[in-house]
Amino acid sequence: MNFDFTEEQSMLRDSVARYVQDSYDFETRRTIADSQAGMSAQQWQTFAELGWLSVPFAEEYGGFGGGPVDTMLLMEEFGKGLVLEPYLATVLLFGALLQRGGNQALADEYLPKIIEGSCQGAFAYLERQSRFELRDVKTRASNDGEGYRLNGEKVVVFNGANADALIVSARTAGEQADAEGISLFLVPASAAGVVVTPFKQMDGQTVANITLDNVAVPATALIGEAGGALALIEPVVQSAVVALAAEALGIMAQLNAKTLEYTKTRKQFGVAIGSFQALQHRMVDTFMAYEQTKSLLYRAVCELEEGADSAATTAHALKAMVDRAGKLIYGEAIQLHGGMGLTDELDIGHYAKRLMMINATFGNGDYHQGRFDALRYA
Amino acid sequence: MDTRFSPDDIAFRDEVRAFFKHAYDAELQARLADKATFKDAVVDWQKRLFEQGWIAPNWPVEYGGTGWSPTQKYIYESERAAHGIRDVVPFGLQMVAPVIYTFGNDEQKARFLPRILRSDDWWCQGYSEPGSGSDLASLKTKAVLDGDDYVVNGAKIWTTYAQYADWIFCLVRTNNEGKKQEGITFLLIDMKSPGIKVNPIVSIDNHHSLNEVEFNDVRVPVANRIGEQDKGWTYAKALLAHERTTIAGVADSKRGLEMVRQEAAAEVNGGQRLLDDSLFRKRLSNIEIELMALEFTELRVLATVASGGAPGAESSLLKIKGTEIQQAIQELRMDLAAYYQGVLPNALSAEQLGHAFGSAARQSFMYGRAATVYGGSNEVQKNIIAKAVLGL
Repeated sequence: MNFDFTEEQSMLRDSVARYVQDSYDFETRRTIADSQAGMSAQQWQTFAELGWLSVPFAEEYGGFGGGPVDTMLLMEEFGKGLVLEPYLATVLLFGALLQRGGNQALADEYLPKIIEGSCQGAFAYLERQSRFELRDVKTRASNDGEGYRLNGEKVVVFNGANADALIVSARTAGEQADAEGISLFLVPASAAGVVVTPFKQMDGQTVANITLDNVAVPATALIGEAGGALALIEPVVQSAVVALAAEALGIMAQLNAKTLEYTKTRKQFGVAIGSFQALQHRMVDTFMAYEQTKSLLYRAVCELEEGADSAATTAHALKAMVDRAGKLIYGEAIQLHGGMGLTDELDIGHYAKRLMMINATFGNGDYHQGRFDALRYA
Repeated sequence: MDTRFSPDDIAFRDEVRAFFKHAYDAELQARLADKATFKDAVVDWQKRLFEQGWIAPNWPVEYGGTGWSPTQKYIYESERAAHGIRDVVPFGLQMVAPVIYTFGNDEQKARFLPRILRSDDWWCQGYSEPGSGSDLASLKTKAVLDGDDYVVNGAKIWTTYAQYADWIFCLVRTNNEGKKQEGITFLLIDMKSPGIKVNPIVSIDNHHSLNEVEFNDVRVPVANRIGEQDKGWTYAKALLAHERTTIAGVADSKRGLEMVRQEAAAEVNGGQRLLDDSLFRKRLSNIEIELMALEFTELRVLATVASGGAPGAESSLLKIKGTEIQQAIQELRMDLAAYYQGVLPNALSAEQLGHAFGSAARQSFMYGRAATVYGGSNEVQKNIIAKAVLGL
């Protein structure tokens, strides 16, 4: 048993950490967040040059062949810098679905392009009514003999406004919330009948609602087995949840460090406010919440890497803990910064908003704890 | 990062399981449960562990430790708890022994360590005083040098198992000048010394395990002093890291939680299992999720220590989180027992009552209140983390 990182893993982490520190300061990030795309194509190209876009992909596609530990280290550092570029959407969702999907032609076509930075992707899974249930899909795909016709609406698609290609979940059979009958299709963003309506979220990211009006795709656009896509989506989302938890951990580290620093310098009543026991104990609570989250993240990552039976249960536990710890940590960070914590100028609120969005993504704490309970206490 | 068990680890786990199954037999368990035979049964059990070579996993090998890897220690603890086996009495093996082998002289090591390993001596801890609880360094029990002896006067309190003890390790005041931490000396005192009186204290669980120990002109040879005079605080502090990690009780909490899960599957309300009640479930999983994390926090600490590092920042939270989890489990079990939490020990048999665990649940709930108080209250732990880890 060990919690050490390999030399390669340490180098990856250091390279991201250095980059975020030197080239992704808060003002740079603010400019990107205020831009229409909510990401920087130039930054993305640098990510490609540094090899980060290749991390989870197999060597046959020109990838680095990394595992959950590598992804964790990368996402944790991205979290520290509040990196806006769509690593989750393009690499960990779109790319991972292609890599696991079993449509070799599409994987061969797209994965090398992702790695070189020339293709942006998105996973259009969410619908107005579906909230956190991945199986709640109304969008229909009907087989017209030559291929499929897609009709429906997808919402809050991460990176939906920038994506060159989408992976869309749609029903080829079954009723709205059935586990069976969901299929995945690769749809070029430029396909006739695709209408993208972008909007900004509070974390600076640009997402989109996407309507599909009789969009025609060939039979070769099908990823995986027709009707069996949930079995493909769930493990990809489970890995994404763990990666998001790593991003959240990086954010928590920053919030705790910045708050601690502030209480050591901010003076009231003639002394640093960090000398007050009431505040000290609250910061000990946030320190413990951070360490506990880190431990559970390590557990989830190890189980994912080892393919343990308990990996899904632990990922649910982790998402629940990220929600709880995140609320405690950003809440205390804002409170202990006093009036300054309420300003847009300070980065504290921006870290808080990204944590809130992470909490809502792929199910909040209550949802995942419910899933955990169902698995553990059946 | 890798947490998988190797084939050697699995073989070790099987060996541990087989030993526990065989050595922790029904006769021993019955004697442990009976107040009249409790002490002898504990000593017998610890002697069996000594003969097996497993009595002191955390000691250095040269003094009788096992030399286990962190994984083996984890496996051993998990198996011990899963078999419902009580941990060893900590005062000798886990508290005073590390002080003796770290700071004692060769003569003290030769004299005390083998007897601790064999459980020939029962130790208790003389730290807290009636006037010194959280502010331990304010302690007043006085030791005055008189020839080759210290003469000790004062009182210690909350001394667990003093009624059984052959020896007590004490912090005593030898100097009133300067900082209060700098005038404290670490003494090993024979409980048979004239002038020692043990007064029982019945605790909230109606048991007698706590005591007050009075010292009236007790003569203690200078040879029983650990290290230098007035430096005792440093020695005591160094061992606190040991105490904090063992106090977390992760493996026992896992077993406790599993028992509650099973009991909640059997208890019904209006025909519905408590385990299917969403509010009860959420309380259960609130605890389980924290415990899953704490298990890995402990493993992180073990791995750091094994690779030669000092227990880091994460070790300081083990005591706080571990004891909070223990109490949360105890509280949940009380709620599960409902009316039967009031049942006194030996009132009626489980068959006559129609209920099995209420009395035991209360017993551990009541005594369990001590966990957030002893070993430095959790509030004091937070002060320590604020200062030592956060630099406040």
